[in-house]
Amino acid sequence: MQRVPGVDRGRVVLYALSTCGWCARTKELLTDLGVGFSYVYVDLLAGEERDRVVREVERWNPRVSFPTVVIDEAKVIVGFREEEIREAVGARHSE
Amino acid sequence: MPGIVSDGEVDRLMRDLEAEAEAGGYHLNPDRGFTRDLVRGLLANRERYGYISCPCRLASGDRDDDLDIICPCDYRDPDLADYGACYCALYVTADVESGKRAAAPVPERRPGPAERDRQKEERVAAGRAPGTLKYPVWRCRVCGYLCARNEPPETCPICRVSRDRFERFM
Repeated sequence: MQRVPGVDRGRVVLYALSTCGWCARTKELLTDLGVGFSYVYVDLLAGEERDRVVREVERWNPRVSFPTVVIDEAKVIVGFREEEIREAVGARHSE
Repeated sequence: MPGIVSDGEVDRLMRDLEAEAEAGGYHLNPDRGFTRDLVRGLLANRERYGYISCPCRLASGDRDDDLDIICPCDYRDPDLADYGACYCALYVTADVESGKRAAAPVPERRPGPAERDRQKEERVAAGRAPGTLKYPVWRCRVCGYLCARNEPPETCPICRVSRDRFERFM
């Protein structure tokens, strides 16, 4: 897990693929919003670690698709859904 | 995984994909920067797995398991019809390309592993069924091209995918 420092809006975790354009946009959005978050590129993991993280993603998103954003181990956003992500991290409109 | 793929390789594949797409009536996403990154992802996957699996899906590394997500994936054409773009948005429809319409976010259409296994068994069973036709009919799972001959073609003449993307249709 890599950490991007920023404003504390709860525990924000981004599960992503290093090759995916929508994952890149999601990471950019969170960074631009100034939110502190952790992210992991699941495709760059191997062996047991990868299996463990895939199971973790599966718990939140049974399809295991990317990007998956999990906020405070409760709210799950699958895909680059900009408005939903903004609202979930408490950054409504014109940030 | 940027870095391991050279800019020249990205340019070359992008040109090839664009030419192939246009020849077949498909269109690449006009957002060049976004498309370039996806093409870079395809090349990164080719480096890692030996085939250009979808940059926006987690490949297993087993070609047989990943066959349906090798670009162009089995889901591209239905996603173009429903959303104006494929899942990763490398391909878009003509009206999205020309800016007449924005592409909608594409939910994942690929079934989970259990359902994929079931579908695979169904295809194997269909391939074994005795036919009454003079020739079996093969269907390209990517573009729907049909042909009646003993074996599917080595490469789909419409969308250029390999023989193993065909299924027995009749």
